Amino acid sequence: MKSLESILANHPFFKGLEPEYLALITGCASNVKFEAGQFIYRQDEEANSFYIIREGKVALEVCPPGKKPITVQTVSDGEILGWAWLIPPYHWQFDAQAVELTRAIVLDGRCLRTKCGEDHTLGYELLSRLLPVVGQTMEATRLQLLDIYGNND
Amino acid sequence: MAGKMEPLMQSPMTPWPYRIQKVIRESHDTFSLNVVPKNSPDSMTFNPGQFNMLYAFGVGEVPISISGPQPGGKGMIHTIRDVGIVTGALHKLKKDQTIGLRGPFGSAWPIEESKGYDIVIMAGGIGLAPLRPALYALLDQRDKFGEIVLLYGVRKPEDLLFTKEFETWRGKYGVQVKMTVDTADREWRGNVGVVNTLVQRANFDPMNTVAMICGPEVMMRFAVSELKRREVPEDQIFITMERNMKCAVGFCGHCQFGPAFICKDGPIFRYDKVKQFFGIREI
Repeated sequence: MKSLESILANHPFFKGLEPEYLALITGCASNVKFEAGQFIYRQDEEANSFYIIREGKVALEVCPPGKKPITVQTVSDGEILGWAWLIPPYHWQFDAQAVELTRAIVLDGRCLRTKCGEDHTLGYELLSRLLPVVGQTMEATRLQLLDIYGNND
Repeated sequence: MAGKMEPLMQSPMTPWPYRIQKVIRESHDTFSLNVVPKNSPDSMTFNPGQFNMLYAFGVGEVPISISGPQPGGKGMIHTIRDVGIVTGALHKLKKDQTIGLRGPFGSAWPIEESKGYDIVIMAGGIGLAPLRPALYALLDQRDKFGEIVLLYGVRKPEDLLFTKEFETWRGKYGVQVKMTVDTADREWRGNVGVVNTLVQRANFDPMNTVAMICGPEVMMRFAVSELKRREVPEDQIFITMERNMKCAVGFCGHCQFGPAFICKDGPIFRYDKVKQFFGIREI
């Protein structure tokens, strides 16, 4: 059975991270599993988890009042889920629901924040990995907003 | 004695009469016309990526990419989205009616040149139509290529085209078929997000990959960025450009793109050859 540390070391998000930092992060980690249809978190709930997806698929949804929920993004194997644990006031902005059986490593957000506060190099390492994901998500969202396949294209 | 005179050479501006042999409903707003020439039904040849000018009599002419036939099939298939006056008129036509056709025109996907490479095909919306013949050509010589990846994005699940073929491509030919939609409700179990996000999820060797992209220009711009992020060389990326095409043979200049004419020099270009003009809003 693989250790949490080796699973994290092999995940694309942590690829190449120094072993000492990997050990620090593993101290905040535990294994989780979500069945298809299970909510991982709900909008406005306190956000204190950072999910490292090992396998499966998770839908991020918004639910406009009186309407069916709309999926705005899915994340899957080798990707990460959620960065609201890093940004005050630490509340989720969307619902996250497993579309299929999903296995992940969950990192405790409070634990990570504390360790990043104590060791700024670790904080920098984490942020320099997280920011490209945030940037790519923002780029993708802008492209979605353009509705490029619409009739007026 | 006076007899019927045949022209010595067909003018490229004169449409030929083609019979609609089949109309296929592909989605709520997209359909395919399978056509054969009325005079010589077996005389059709084209290269994957080329297009024809289809003429709805009394209405007008539009450039439409050739999307088939399927292997072993007959005729030339044109997959059309009903978005304007001419495409609307074509949508109303039925089996055995006649359209005018000029073509095939334009450049082709680099199938022969890509032997030995992994292939990444990226399609957005109806952009899958001109890529389908390329896929057929690749699968016809499957052992000559490495990984074949199809990354396909549309607006909503009901806009997906050719879905019945996906399982064959996956199961019989080992194609990595990954699709995504921009938004969906809970009925949809697949990916949600723009097509570019699929690039990271695909398995291919970037340095040994040829990428063929067709979709809205904005989508292609971001697709190229994503492929470059994975270090696919620029001279191994091919894109299709679209402009207002009229004559299709480089006479009229409507589709000028920098120093090139899309109809004659394109529509398929190697990215590094046109990148200096790509994304410039005045061009």
